[in-house]
Amino acid sequence: MKLDWILVLLVLGNLRLLASTRLGAKIRTVAAQGVLLGLVPLLAGMHAPGLRAAFVAVVGMTLKGVVFPWLLFRAVRETRISRDVQPYVGYSASVLIGVIGLAAMFLLSERLAPFPAGASSLLVTAALFSVFTGLFLIVSRKRAINQVLGFLVLENGVYLFGAGVMSETSLLVEVGILLDVFVAVFVMGIALFHINREFDHIETDRLSSLKN
Amino acid sequence: MLLALILLPAITGAAAFFIPSTAFRRALLVCVASAHAAMTGLAWRLDPAPALSGWLMMDDAGLLFLSITSGLFLAASVYALGYLARESKDEMTDLEEHFLFRNAPEAGFIGCLLLFLAAMTLVTVSRHFGLLWIAVEATTLVSAPLIYFHRHHRSLEATWKYLLICSVGIALALLGNFFLGVSAVSIDGGRASLVIDELLPRARSLNPAWLKAAFALMLVGYGTKMGLAPLHTWLPDAHSESPSLVSALLSGALLNCAFLGVVRIQQVCNAGGQGAFSQKALLTLGLLSVAVAAVFLVGQTDFKRLLAYSSVEHMGLLAIGFGLGQAGVFGAFFHAVNHSLVKAMLFLLAGNVLSCYGTKSIAQVRGLLRSSPGTGALWVAGFLAITGTPPFGLFFSKFIILKAAFDQGQLFVGVVLLVLLAVIFIAMATACLGMAQGSAESSAARVTGPCHWLTLVPSATLAAVALALGIGIPESLNHLLSMAARTIGGVL
Repeated sequence: MKLDWILVLLVLGNLRLLASTRLGAKIRTVAAQGVLLGLVPLLAGMHAPGLRAAFVAVVGMTLKGVVFPWLLFRAVRETRISRDVQPYVGYSASVLIGVIGLAAMFLLSERLAPFPAGASSLLVTAALFSVFTGLFLIVSRKRAINQVLGFLVLENGVYLFGAGVMSETSLLVEVGILLDVFVAVFVMGIALFHINREFDHIETDRLSSLKN
Repeated sequence: MLLALILLPAITGAAAFFIPSTAFRRALLVCVASAHAAMTGLAWRLDPAPALSGWLMMDDAGLLFLSITSGLFLAASVYALGYLARESKDEMTDLEEHFLFRNAPEAGFIGCLLLFLAAMTLVTVSRHFGLLWIAVEATTLVSAPLIYFHRHHRSLEATWKYLLICSVGIALALLGNFFLGVSAVSIDGGRASLVIDELLPRARSLNPAWLKAAFALMLVGYGTKMGLAPLHTWLPDAHSESPSLVSALLSGALLNCAFLGVVRIQQVCNAGGQGAFSQKALLTLGLLSVAVAAVFLVGQTDFKRLLAYSSVEHMGLLAIGFGLGQAGVFGAFFHAVNHSLVKAMLFLLAGNVLSCYGTKSIAQVRGLLRSSPGTGALWVAGFLAITGTPPFGLFFSKFIILKAAFDQGQLFVGVVLLVLLAVIFIAMATACLGMAQGSAESSAARVTGPCHWLTLVPSATLAAVALALGIGIPESLNHLLSMAARTIGGVL
């Protein structure tokens, strides 16, 4: 039951991401989602969580809740921007598309049944909706930092699915995945810094000299 | 031995960041590349023991791709000696827009090159889908700094696109991994193992709906990395802006490694009785890739982008080979070997042309055969090889794939493919032969003298091997290709 509340909060967080114009608020939302996600492996399994699940939960929460937001806030500070520029798809239209997407994911997850024991249809829906939101943010927003945020939301969706459904993956794989995502965000952060220095702005629509 | 293959470049790569001596670092690069190639050669004779409780194992397809990777890396590292000597000035002038820029520190470049080799090696020997995913994502992360070696806005744009598009694609492949796990547990409640050797025997009991979804996601994910249309958009940018030896490795080695991800899931689909579905998907994406490549190759103005789109074409051919199944699988594996050799050679030569002429524009390069005969002759040979002219190996591998299409009565696929290949041949001929012929004086670019011999040796060697493969396949390679094809469900 507790798990369902977390899932509802995650879905609401995604809608907030679609509606928000302030980068700081978006980063905080993604961080909160990261902490909530860290709780999922502890609640999802059918047995009491073991030491291994606790370890993964702590590492995941620290990375997604503390390290990533810190890296992103630093990028925002260095570039001295706080507001988004006009996106390709407006904010109210984004929310509308988000709601339609949510409905579509409900239908999709119904079709994917049967689920393994322990996974609910709501969990699959929430995970797929995060993937959808992440992809939509990546293609519809201009500032490069939004694309990193979109990537994180997408990754959160994948992680939610993995944590909720596959309670038996091995430690090596889970830590490896977290490590990869960490390095990805780190490298993207460095790239953001260089883009900022090189272009004096980080809007990806200006990254368009390579064509054909 | 498997661990040694991965750890040797990983450890030396990490160490290279801290080695102050330039000469020592470069020597280390070539030594590690040679040692890695020697160990790979040894793996042909002795069967390396599995490691990490069966998570690392060398199978036939893995050995094939590892050999390609290792051989190309050796060639690229020799080329790097000449290249880095040329690039080690403090300030460089951009060849196209004539602004000044700096290169990234060489220690980091060599370090990332070695780590790149380690990550690709891990891809080829992973038998666990999760580990395979980690390795493929690692190749993206360590190769991004390589693309951003020249620190200017175009390479930065290319790096950003590469990093983002590939990371997003790979994240979808991870979702595919989880779907695969679900397909294993959802029916009998068994363990959600992702080890290939445990999945294959019980593939028939996998839930078909989840398995299909897993295949689709992994095809999208690894297909992005492999450069299948319509997910190829990062590829021409990254290949045209990165240093030529990096382009050679990306095209010749990395794309194959991503393809191996598709090969693995295809293997599970075939064993699980979903082969018809996955083959249809591969065939569609493959044909689309060849078509998109043909469109962009006609009238292409930049010779590095020309080679990059040609890579999209050849990745499409690999997908078509797998989509056809049976003899097509053998053809696709053989095609991967040939394409890697020839494409790496062409990219290395493109680096020479770029440094001699100072431009990437096809129209401005004229008289290559006169101004630097070695590069020019190899360039023409490379063009003939990549378009599948006999007696190069690519002719035979393309022929096998086409024959498989006609033998199976897939007339539509065969005819469309033939037409597209003809269009591509004409487009490439116009570009490449125009560059080779004429007099150097008539070219719009300033021409410097012939290139350093060290930058020619790797290309010449690769060309010789590609030619030899066309004249006759060695028995050991033929055996390896047949065995690899058999595991995917293809027989010749």
